[in-house]
Amino acid sequence: MRSAYDPPMAVVRLRGPLRRLAGDRSEHAVEAATVLELLVAIEREHPAITGWILDERRRVRRHINVFVNGELGGEETVIGEGDRVEVIPAISGGER
Amino acid sequence: MTELLVGTRKGLFALEGGPGGPFEVTARAFPGETVDHVLRDPRAGHVVASVTSPFYGPKIWRAEDPAGEWEQARGVGLAEGGEAALERIWTLVAGEEGRLYAGGDPGVLFESRDGGESWQLNAGLWEHPSRTRWQPGGGGLCLHSIATWPGEPDRLAVGISAAGVWLTDDGGQTWRSGNDGLVARYLPDDAPPDEIALCVHRLHRAPMRPRRLFMQFHGGVYRSDDAGETWTGIGAGLPSDFGFPLAIDPADPDSAYVIPLTADVDRVTPDARVRVYETRDAGATWAERGDGLPAEHAYLTILREAFDWAGEGESLELYFGATSGEVFGSGDAGATWSTVGRRLPPVLSVTATG
Repeated sequence: MRSAYDPPMAVVRLRGPLRRLAGDRSEHAVEAATVLELLVAIEREHPAITGWILDERRRVRRHINVFVNGELGGEETVIGEGDRVEVIPAISGGER
Repeated sequence: MTELLVGTRKGLFALEGGPGGPFEVTARAFPGETVDHVLRDPRAGHVVASVTSPFYGPKIWRAEDPAGEWEQARGVGLAEGGEAALERIWTLVAGEEGRLYAGGDPGVLFESRDGGESWQLNAGLWEHPSRTRWQPGGGGLCLHSIATWPGEPDRLAVGISAAGVWLTDDGGQTWRSGNDGLVARYLPDDAPPDEIALCVHRLHRAPMRPRRLFMQFHGGVYRSDDAGETWTGIGAGLPSDFGFPLAIDPADPDSAYVIPLTADVDRVTPDARVRVYETRDAGATWAERGDGLPAEHAYLTILREAFDWAGEGESLELYFGATSGEVFGSGDAGATWSTVGRRLPPVLSVTATG
């Protein structure tokens, strides 16, 4: 039973290799107050994904975009109950 | 049979053929990703590859063969929560007693003692007090050259662009710079004598005489006869002393091969011709080795990891790749050449195993 004091529960959707590293499952329900907390929680649950989305400085990699309810977010973006979070490679990262 | 493991801007290509060619592409791995360097571990036989995904960052992978299942290595990263992130693994080198080394950006050295399954950051170099003065070259702060010492596993020389040469005699616990004699034309004449903003491009040790090293510098070719403490210029006689790659004949400590580029402001083969230059007298003289290489309208760029050799002496094989996607090979120590790979993506590295 979740209480009002629990962090919000969001649903994260992962694609491609990130999905495979996270137990071959696309959607993950995660409790977190910010995007950074959410991504760290994913790493804790699925250690194989460590280093793939966040670098060692705990920053989202330059060519990864994190969207919260369809809008581009950052590490400090606040998560609300029931938010939808998508982690998607950016078009800027394609090799020339 | 010779195996070439070619790291390109868009994947790893394995080529197989006889000494000097012809070669066939037998496998491609990591399609679409930047494969910086590949190593065939001489002890375990595994293939180890450094791959920099533009999305997911640098990783080291390991497989039985290029066409096999690749597993991600552990420990390839800096401290979590710190102020720096690993940008790229530039080079993979096999050392003594089965040790493997990986060098990368930002000026980091990793070591593996389990055939590349797991890696540990060298703390001595990472925490060196001079690090605050290290400057990145055009490709980043890259540790790109690791010269091991036959029979002496604790002695290493590494080259960093642009933080010069670093030497250790105690397995990497302590490091000292080895830059005496290097002249950087991009620094003022009155630069301090302990200046370390030195852009080493490539470094190799002569295994038969381990105190001897050869270096391609950012303008200058050098030799050291005292294990990297001091350096003597040997670039006279070359059409240009700018370039990146360097090779040696392991059987001949007086040998070195370079592939000059016109200048740092024009990084293509000089005179629109592709030529390798060979010395067999420790740099006193250089001889052109271009028979079979493109001789006109050829504006190629050959990067530092893209020149390698297999065998030695009379059976020395030499191979290099260009950013044009061509790979060239010689089965007779550079006397004659042929094109052994065509229409590949831009070549970043070539690793030859005979």
